[in-house]
Amino acid sequence: MEPYIPIFLMLVISTALAIILLKLQQSLGPKNPNKEKLSTYESGMEPIRSAHERFSIKYYMVAVLFILFDIEVIFFYPWAVNFKMLGLFGFVEMLVFIGILFIGYFYVLHKGALKWD
Amino acid sequence: MNLILEPIVKILIVLFINLTLVSYLVLIERKVSAYIQNRIGPNRVGPWGLLQSVADVVKLFFKEDIVPKDANKFIHSLAPVISVVVAFSTFAVIPFGNKITLYGNEYNLVIADVNVGVLVILALTSLGVYGITLSGWSSNNKYSLLGGLRSSAQMISYELSMGISLIGILLMTQSMRLTQIVAEQGGYIFGFIPNWNIFLQPIGFIIFLVSTFAETNRLPFDLPEAEEELVGGYHTEYSGMKFGLFFLAEYASMITASAFIVTLFLGGWQAPFIEYFNFSPFVISLLQLSAFAIKVLFVLLFFILIRWTIPRFRYDQLMNIGWKVMLPLSLLNLIVTAFLILINIL
Repeated sequence: MEPYIPIFLMLVISTALAIILLKLQQSLGPKNPNKEKLSTYESGMEPIRSAHERFSIKYYMVAVLFILFDIEVIFFYPWAVNFKMLGLFGFVEMLVFIGILFIGYFYVLHKGALKWD
Repeated sequence: MNLILEPIVKILIVLFINLTLVSYLVLIERKVSAYIQNRIGPNRVGPWGLLQSVADVVKLFFKEDIVPKDANKFIHSLAPVISVVVAFSTFAVIPFGNKITLYGNEYNLVIADVNVGVLVILALTSLGVYGITLSGWSSNNKYSLLGGLRSSAQMISYELSMGISLIGILLMTQSMRLTQIVAEQGGYIFGFIPNWNIFLQPIGFIIFLVSTFAETNRLPFDLPEAEEELVGGYHTEYSGMKFGLFFLAEYASMITASAFIVTLFLGGWQAPFIEYFNFSPFVISLLQLSAFAIKVLFVLLFFILIRWTIPRFRYDQLMNIGWKVMLPLSLLNLIVTAFLILINIL
């Protein structure tokens, strides 16, 4: 655990820095809110409906595909660090793994999940 | 005691240098863009505009903090904090020098020397997506929401090829400890080319560089804040210091990304041909520190030059490059590297 203490310290100090900057501005800056100022910016028009509505399904598709592929990427890391020890066995095993990954990849491509028109 | 005090001193120094560098980076960016567009750029505040950043920060402090009335107030202020924390804390594992001896004590010039440094950086940079996505969602503005969505899709798409392009280096070094990755880049290929990973992994380097541009939302990948379509993108509804924090985070993550590129591919603090001169160990430490700084500055300048010389991608082009070019290419690079190591060439 010991080598990780500085990382936590770094997180704490930079959080403190950000919060201090925000608080400083809140005490220094003026506060004259009015209705027009607090309305959402929509190029000078009256805002129409809320922004929290449905959006394109493609973003969900990318997110799901990302999770699938990212988990497979993580499997590469321990393999890479031990590669010289594993030798030919590790290489062939990884070719099989990448082969399976590519089958999934071509399936996704063929289904048009990555089409953005 | 030393366990806490020593890192805190290092963190404060690193933060101070980073903050100073950010303010001058903004000035350099404005000056470079001005010269590219045949303008003069900021030149009123201080000689050659050197105090412009100070004036900008003071202005941000005295601006009103406007939160739109339909926004989620807590998340609206949380988002810029996440962005800044992630941008700064990534620097914790980057070695910016070898060892330095001061007053008889030897100090490692890295804040945290952990054995999974590469993973720590990847984990923290992927947290950066939250800052942008949450800011886009919480503002309750259509432009912000679109900016946040675009950004999250773009960042996660390029994270894949970024992660895979690194594996070539892990294969060669057999370690995820960044200090060891830098240490392995000493020495020479054929006796005169520095043994940097850029020469051993050229394709990995290019993929990583392009992915870094996408991850830091810089042009040509700055679709999350494409002004012509989305006004200000995810920070349309931000004002005052909250906007300032996003601005700070953008440049700070640029610095960290450059430092990461230098560490992985450009030999980190290794200064080539230094051993042919008879310097004292202290001078060598200083030279290695400045070698790191110079390399980082060069990468930053490259970032800036690219921003002002290359037009923006269309969104479908961006996604196609990420998923249909970079991803297969990085996997191919991985297989070729593994094969070359297997037959003992690398």
